[in-house]
This record gives sequence, C-alpha cells and structure tokens, in this order.
Amino acid sequence: MNERGSSLIGGRCVKLGDHVNSDVIIPGRYLTSIDPVELAGHAFEPLGREFQDRFRAAKVIVAGRNFGCGSAREQAASCLVGAGIQAVVAQSFARVFFRNAINTGLAALQSADAEAHIADGDEVFIDVAAGMIETPSGRFSFPPYPENLTRILNAGGLIPYIARKLASEARR
Amino acid sequence: MTESAKTFAQKAIERASGSSGLAPGTIVEVAPDLYMSHTASWRCIKTFEKLPGATIRHPERIAMVMDHIAPAPTAQVAGHHRLCREFARRYGVGHFFDVNEGIAHLILMERGLIRPGEIIIGTDSHSTIYGALGALGTGVGFSEITATWVTGVLWMMVPESMRVTLAGRLSPGVFPKDVMLKLIGDLTADGATYLSMEFDGALTASMSISERMTLCNLAMELGAKNAYVRPDALAYDYLATAGVEDPARHALLPDAGARYVRELSIDATSLAPQVACPHAVDNVRPVGEVAGVKLDQVFVGSCANAKYDDLVEVAKILKGRRVAAGVRLLVTPGSRDTMKKAADSGVLSTLIEAGALITNPGCGACAGDGGAMDQGEVTLSTANRNFRGRMGSYESAIYLASPATAAASAITGVITDPREVLA
Repeated sequence: MNERGSSLIGGRCVKLGDHVNSDVIIPGRYLTSIDPVELAGHAFEPLGREFQDRFRAAKVIVAGRNFGCGSAREQAASCLVGAGIQAVVAQSFARVFFRNAINTGLAALQSADAEAHIADGDEVFIDVAAGMIETPSGRFSFPPYPENLTRILNAGGLIPYIARKLASEARR
Repeated sequence: MTESAKTFAQKAIERASGSSGLAPGTIVEVAPDLYMSHTASWRCIKTFEKLPGATIRHPERIAMVMDHIAPAPTAQVAGHHRLCREFARRYGVGHFFDVNEGIAHLILMERGLIRPGEIIIGTDSHSTIYGALGALGTGVGFSEITATWVTGVLWMMVPESMRVTLAGRLSPGVFPKDVMLKLIGDLTADGATYLSMEFDGALTASMSISERMTLCNLAMELGAKNAYVRPDALAYDYLATAGVEDPARHALLPDAGARYVRELSIDATSLAPQVACPHAVDNVRPVGEVAGVKLDQVFVGSCANAKYDDLVEVAKILKGRRVAAGVRLLVTPGSRDTMKKAADSGVLSTLIEAGALITNPGCGACAGDGGAMDQGEVTLSTANRNFRGRMGSYESAIYLASPATAAASAITGVITDPREVLA
C-alpha cells in the first residue's frame, strides 16, 4: 500500500532494450548461490558499474521485446527481487523468465505501448490487480494475471504458496 | 481446418492433465511424467528443505544429472554434488546420474527415459530437445521442480502451435544446425515465443534422431515452449535400442486440420553453412560473410552438437590434418556412451592426433566450466548460445556454427566454410 491508499507498487525505473538475456541479468558463474541479495550484487555485471548503480536505485525495470530470454535460471528473476525490483514492464517476456518471475513473487507485466512512453529514470507505478501502469506520460493498461497465477504471486512466489497449501492441509 | 482437430501440444497437455477440449491459452495443472534437474538439483533440494512437512510424491519420476559443473572444481561445488547424491539415496530418487555420465538431455534419451507423448519438465531451457522422440519437453525454474516433487503437478498453459515443414536435401557441408541458425536469424530470438513448434516434411523425416535433436534443441533459441517431430519407425528403433518397453503407449500425433498460428515451408536445398555472430543467437550470417575471422579457440560440445555423429563429422575433416598453431580445440563429448563409441571407433584417436583436447563428457565450456576466454579472445562453438560473457571475459566473443564448420575453422585458425575443406 502506498500513500494513495491503493495497492500500487513501483518507483523510479531503469530502461533496457530488446532481448535482454539471462546471462546478462545474472552470469552463470554466480549460480552457485540462491540468495537473492547476494545474487543482486552481481546482477547486470556484463553491462558495467554505471548501469548497475542506476539499477540498484530503481524499483522498476522497463524493457523492450523478449526480456529474460535464454537460460531457465531462476536466479535471473530472484536476483532482481534481491535488488529491490518490484516489477518488470516489458513489451514481451521470454517464457521461462515469465514463469520464474511469478514463482519468485516478481510482477512481470506485458504492455505493448508503455515502454515507448517511459523515459529512463521516470517514476512508474503499477496496480497489478487493476492491470494499470501509471507513468509521467499517462496510463497504460495490461491484461491482469489469471486467478491461479495471481494466487501464486500474492503468496510471494511458488514455494511460499506451496508452504501455505501444505500448512492448510496439515490443519485439516 | 476443423474445430475438433488438435495439435500435438493440445493432446499432450490434455493427457497429462486428464482433461479434454483444452483451447490454447488455457492454464491447467499437469502431472509431468519425468522431472529432470541437472546441476540445479542442489537448489531444488535446498528449496525442498524450506518446506516443513513436505514429502516426495513420485521419487521414481525424478531424474538428477550432475552435468553443468563436473567434476567439482571447488569444495563448494563438491558439497552441492554430495548433497544431491545423499538426497537421491535417502529419498529413492529414480534416476541419478553422477559427474561421469554427461549431459542430462542426451543421457535421458540414450537410457530410455524419454517416451513419445509424455511430458518432461527440466531445469534447463533446452529441454525442448525431447521433441526429437515425440515427447513434450520444456524448461522450468528450480522452485518449480521442487514444487512438482511435493505436489506431483505444475501449472502449464496450452500453447498455440507453429508448423515448420522442411523440404529438399542438405548439400554436403550443410547440416540441421545450419537450418536452425538460418531460421533463428530469419524469425529472431522471439520468433516462436510460447509456441509449440512442430517440425514436419520430407527433410525432417529423412533426418537421424541425433539431427532431430539438434532441430528441437535450437527451437529454444526462438523462444519455443517445446518442439516436436512425429515419432516414426526410426524413432521406435531408437527407443527399442534404448530399452524402452511399449514405447508407443502414450504416443501422440497432431490431427490433420489442426490450427497453427504460423506455418512455414522451407526448402533447404540451396542453404549455405550459417554462423551466429556475437552476442546473440539471431545475429546470423552465411559463413562466407564472416569467413576469415581469427579464432583463439574452437569448442565442439553441448546438447546441440556433441553427439556421436557430430564427432564423426569433426573427425572426417580433421583426419590427417592438424589444428592451426595457436588455436585451442576443445572437444567435450555429450555423454559417456558417446565418448565410449568414439573411443571404440577410433574417432577420438583421430581428434587427439589432430591436436584436440578431449575433456570429460558434460556441458563443459558451454556452461562456463573450463574453456574460458581472456578479454579480446574469440571462440567458434558448436553450442546453442553466444551471450556476452558466457565463456569467460565480458570482452570476449562467441560465434556459433555446425561441427563441420567448427572443424574446418580449427584447421585454418579462422572461420572457414567447411565446403572448402571437404572439396
């Protein structure tokens, strides 16, 4: 919840282009860790320090087509969570990244139009349930998640979701 | 086109979810037939340990393979491997393959664990390769494998499908790898995102199972969810050799008249060898346009192109020749069975005599396990990814090509059209 009383997430954004691959998001050499915060320190290392500094100050990533393509490494999503990223807004997502995002509690939102109207450093706020992106250049809508995926996302990811399910089964 | 006609993916997901009439876009829970986790297995185990009271529903459906970083280069990785070994014993994991066995995808097919029509989830994006035997293979994250251990099910969206009909004949020096690189270059890296990609046509039918593996493996680089080649007599021979009993029991064929969001027909007769240039798999050019690029290293390996017949193609070109001075040729056989066959047939001797360095079977340099490059260095690789920094320095470069192009280039020390060497 923010000061407006709605369930908006987001804040300052950092922008990337098309086809950002998961080797660039988190290089394979760091996959010996599954700690999101430790991984966050190496996120986007191939892009250099200047980008990494801007990334760490951001709450939202805005990208073009096919964000997260390549490897199935779940750390490509969890390292973003570890860095404090709350949402990725992209024209489109690679399939496994989209799954990994939901499963690690990271909102991955597909909008054909938003990216072109958002500038690097803009404040971007998202209402996931309502399917709405607020930017300095206006509002953009996206198709809300289906109910079963919303349940996983709202639980904070797949493993917390399963843990909750197991706990409720144990009480029965 | 008829309403009731179904694609392969619709049928496979209906079978595994116990439902019918599923339209593309529907999300259902499926019960996968096999759950593969590779080097990521330790991550699955650590995640499992975070779930109090969790049990493993079908240990017989679990396959663990220690392939990406093997043997262990550090104590930390040795600890990960040990965790997996002990877990596999304690929980009766059905199929555990240790550091000596090779790449998960190839082993599972060689050992008869992949059957037509079944659904395999794996902690590796290139799980699309299982389509070579008419199965639905797809990559997932490690938490999803853990979740499936515990619940036996996973959510899956019924994908739309695309059909690629391959016709014509490949000319000498041109291989299925070249067909796929050309296709990836033309359609770009998201050309088949979330699609089930069915390969069809006379050229596909004429390909060996190993060649079909290359097609289905590379489909991932178009963003596909899975790939598929209809199982035929050749596939059933392969499955019989692999010891699969009743291999057709879940086999599925797409219906005539099924709906495809995209259909492509490609005649490969005039295709030239192709090369994917740094740092994207869809940055593809005919070999002639990049011939002469100076190489420091050539890598023959990976689930795309390190099968036995790939090594034979390399040996054909290297026989009686030497690797160029100053070039490192790394050959990483895909699996232990492949390595044994190459040892028995003399292929390994040919490679060693030419100056190749043979490593243990596994993912090797493709996964950054050995074969790293210094800044400014260049590798030509038979693998399926050339992303920045994947093989060492962020300031190094990777080109991708077929085993024949790799072998020809290893001899000359520069990117070379294999047809010049074969002529």
